[in-house]
Amino acid sequence: METVTAAPQPDGRAPIIEIVGLSLSFEQDGQRTDVLRDLNLALAPGEFLALVGASGVGKSTLLRVLMGLAKPTAGEVHVRPDPAADRPMALVFQDSRLLPWRRVISNVAFGLEKTSLDKAARRGRAMDALRLVGLADLADRWPWQLSGGQRQRVSLARALAVRPSILLMDEPFSALDVATRENLQDELIRIRQETGKTIIFVTHDIDEAVYLADRVVALAGKPGEAKAIRVVDIERPRKRFSLALQELSARVKADIAPESAPRADDWVI
Amino acid sequence: MSARSPLHALLPLAGLVAFLLIWEAAPRLGLFPRVLLPPPSDLPGALMREINSGMWLRSMNQSLSHYTMGLFVGSAAGVGLGVLTGMSRVAEGLMSWNNRVLRPIPGLAWVPFAIIWFGVNQGAAVFIISIGVFWIVYFATHGAIRAVDRDLVEVASAFGFTSAPERLIKVMLPAATPGILVGLRTALGQAWMAVVAAEIFGVSGLGSRMMQASSLLATDVVVVYMLTMAALYGIMDTIFMYAQGRLLQWRP
Ligand SMILES: Nc1ncnc2c1ncn2[C@@H]1O[C@H](COP(=O)(O)OP(=O)(O)O)[C@@H](O)[C@H]1O
Ligand SMILES: [Mg+2]
Repeated sequence: METVTAAPQPDGRAPIIEIVGLSLSFEQDGQRTDVLRDLNLALAPGEFLALVGASGVGKSTLLRVLMGLAKPTAGEVHVRPDPAADRPMALVFQDSRLLPWRRVISNVAFGLEKTSLDKAARRGRAMDALRLVGLADLADRWPWQLSGGQRQRVSLARALAVRPSILLMDEPFSALDVATRENLQDELIRIRQETGKTIIFVTHDIDEAVYLADRVVALAGKPGEAKAIRVVDIERPRKRFSLALQELSARVKADIAPESAPRADDWVI
Repeated sequence: MSARSPLHALLPLAGLVAFLLIWEAAPRLGLFPRVLLPPPSDLPGALMREINSGMWLRSMNQSLSHYTMGLFVGSAAGVGLGVLTGMSRVAEGLMSWNNRVLRPIPGLAWVPFAIIWFGVNQGAAVFIISIGVFWIVYFATHGAIRAVDRDLVEVASAFGFTSAPERLIKVMLPAATPGILVGLRTALGQAWMAVVAAEIFGVSGLGSRMMQASSLLATDVVVVYMLTMAALYGIMDTIFMYAQGRLLQWRP
């Protein structure tokens, strides 16, 4: 089994998050299902890491563990929080999960209600976050009045508003149409440049992973293990579907293909 | 005739006028003795007499006070217990057989105890009204809390609202509000019936005044109070619908 560690840090900075020997199994009706096994991973501050893997491999479960929403069976997560952060991590859900009884601005301010900021300060911070995702003029809308792409922007603003040390995103664009998705991918790249956030971006779309990330970690198998790690050594701004990206994408696909799987041409009679 | 024609819009009014005309005609043509069926034209006079004697306003105030207090006590207890059993499996388990035993007892079956415990007074009326309200609001709240989307509760946890009171305030209660309001609206009607029932047993208010009038064969006064009840309930329901619209303006 391959052990995955942080990419070498040229400036020798300590990792902002370190996942050590993480395993997780669910116990159900006396039956144990191993979901994650012995995961080791470290991120440098400001790094953009993409986590790819087929549906059901345990990507969301890993994010839930990082958020503290699920307890690992073994292993540890060490976070070196940013002192300016209100929360160590914030999560953008795949299905946006806006609270339908709150207007857009109030949804974005939701996490700030856990801080000591007063109402005006919370509103100010929420407006800043909305401006960052380009939705300041929709502040007073209700969630049902938004398109899918706008809802995901609001969900991103809600996560950014608490200034997390690490931004976690769980397949945030996978339910969107292609044009909206590509648009939001580029928005995310811009926002990352502006904020310098450390990001863990989960996706099952390998092309999306290599286009966005500094590094791609592939989860595969049952239980899910880190099968491979690829540094995306391609200069930004990147050109979508450039040859270099396509080559890398093919390599990641090969990394996670089950070794015994029949290749398509084996079936040609 | 199409549903949109102006004539169609006049149908309800026409129906009401026809109803009043038949009602007026029946005693006047001698089909019914006037005392058994007072014609509507007798009602304004009866209403004025009741207003001038001060009885109308006093009975109305008494009934409204029973109604609001019973509604408040029953709803507060219903929401409280519904939230508790909706959020805690232990509380739900503890209550499940109690619910089965106590819930089928009609509110009016509590009248003997209401009178023994409180006497024939305001307390008895509030007690009877609140029992009916309690069950409706309790079940509505329990169901609404149980039905809250777990994913939204997870959002609260993800942003640090991990304690039960925080989850309740930030997600469970707002998400359950539409369901709780459905129960409250049903209770609004149920409580009004309980008011009349409690007062017919003697607690003073619209119901008892109506019974007094009936024993004197002042049937026009009885009808005045019947219509007063209808009007008050209509006003309550309108106010409630307005408040509900404000509370639920976030819904499409
Ligand atoms: N609460 C749970 N209890 C039991 N099994 C679970 C639970 N949550 C997730 N799983 C299982 O863990 C596996 C990984 O799920 P998930 O992390 O959602 O995968 P992914 O996000 O990669 O699609 C799945 O097989 C799923 O059925
Ligand atoms: Mg998932």
